[in-house]
Amino acid sequence: MNLPSELKYTKEHEWVRVEGDVAYVGITDFAQKELGDIVYVDIDSADKDVAKDEVFGTVEAVKTVSDLFSPLSGTVLEVNSKLGDSPELVNSDPYGDGWMIKMSVGNAAEVDALLSAEAYGELVGA
Amino acid sequence: MSDLKTVVLNDVHQQLGAKMVPFAGYNMPVRYSSDLDEHHTVRRAVGIFDVSHMGEFRVRGPHALDLIQRVTSNDASKLADGKAQYSCLPNNEGGIVDDLLVYKLADEDYMLVVNASNIDKDWNWISQHNTQGADLQNVSDEMSLFAVQGPKAADALQGLTAADLKSIPYYSFVQGEFAGVPDVIISATGYTGAGGFELYVPNQSARQVWDKIMEAGQPYGLKPIGLGARDTLRLEMGYCLYGNDIDDTTSPLEGGLGWITKFTKEFTNSAALKQQKEQGVTRKLVGFVMDAAGIPRSHYPLVTEAGEVIGEVTSGTQSPSLGKGVGLGYVKTEYSQPGTPIFVQVRGKNLPATVSKLPLVKGTEE
Repeated sequence: MNLPSELKYTKEHEWVRVEGDVAYVGITDFAQKELGDIVYVDIDSADKDVAKDEVFGTVEAVKTVSDLFSPLSGTVLEVNSKLGDSPELVNSDPYGDGWMIKMSVGNAAEVDALLSAEAYGELVGA
Repeated sequence: MSDLKTVVLNDVHQQLGAKMVPFAGYNMPVRYSSDLDEHHTVRRAVGIFDVSHMGEFRVRGPHALDLIQRVTSNDASKLADGKAQYSCLPNNEGGIVDDLLVYKLADEDYMLVVNASNIDKDWNWISQHNTQGADLQNVSDEMSLFAVQGPKAADALQGLTAADLKSIPYYSFVQGEFAGVPDVIISATGYTGAGGFELYVPNQSARQVWDKIMEAGQPYGLKPIGLGARDTLRLEMGYCLYGNDIDDTTSPLEGGLGWITKFTKEFTNSAALKQQKEQGVTRKLVGFVMDAAGIPRSHYPLVTEAGEVIGEVTSGTQSPSLGKGVGLGYVKTEYSQPGTPIFVQVRGKNLPATVSKLPLVKGTEE
């Protein structure tokens, strides 16, 4: 399973890449495999403040729908516009072009509390 | 989880990389590669499904037909040898115990094929009505069932049997040698709309038949297909899934199964159903296609533009063939005509959709 060591993870199967005071958020390789083909990503939280663990959107696979939980508190600065036409990027490149939101990091302590690749890997049995 | 049953080829599916999920009490392959790819494989070429979880009952003897006529809604007296019929088991409260296929193997010799989730319930129900002593046998644990579906199914399988596959009409079957196994039921039926065959095989020969089909299908692009694509394929055709679209509380007439509810005979609850037919139903199962981005899911409310609730989604998905959300659901009868605009409440938003004629797509694609 692909679990880049430079990323942080949540038990809700999101990954976080912190770049200074902003963070990119997406779902993990494990999550996209579990969901199957992603056909629609519905995020209407652009420019909104979200709390840690708050739902910032939903991801729809052929078979199921799953909520997306914010790994951090902050403001949603940008939603990946490529996912509108190409939601399958979440399957093909979950840690790259399949990113979902860019958000501000409101509380650095929350970043420290996220899971390491190793800890997340244990959680999903990788 | 410990009481999850397995199909004979459980290990084969795992070796093929299938994601296995519990379904109807069985550990079943939901997908091998991708739901979308598997869906298109069946619409455009050919795929094989292991649906051995399905239940099979044999009904034999001089009272076999009487029993089937009593418990099912369709008229099994119309079946000739080698013909199959879609039917349902009405209950006494206006609902449906299960939907099923009735095969006539010969006079006084029938096979009923029922949903895996209902095997025990159906067995008890039919046994309870077996007052005249038809010879009833539950052979579900002895039979495997493979569905080979798609426009290239006949070509892919023809090398494995002497039976002329293309000459078997829809809802007909032959019994014969297939892949070296005698007495396989080769049935021109399926749950995809893409054409093809369902093969009833004794468990001890299941591996042999599966392997030979995989090999023979290779030049035709045959792939194993999971339950995920099975659901999108049947939903595009508007085929009911028991437990979602029809159940103990939905009448066959409400569920669009009036065509298999024949008042040419008496059967369980037939008097009440006949009255319902004469008076008309107040809700109907319809297909619909989304006119906005968004995917209907089971239990989402169906509403009018003003937000008045007129029904509920029973099955929904993104249609791989249309690239749009599609669904089945019950609506008040006045909203059931094809072309009627309705709205699906998706996470608090009312998204537009249109009631559409079934099937929603053509069963095969170029």
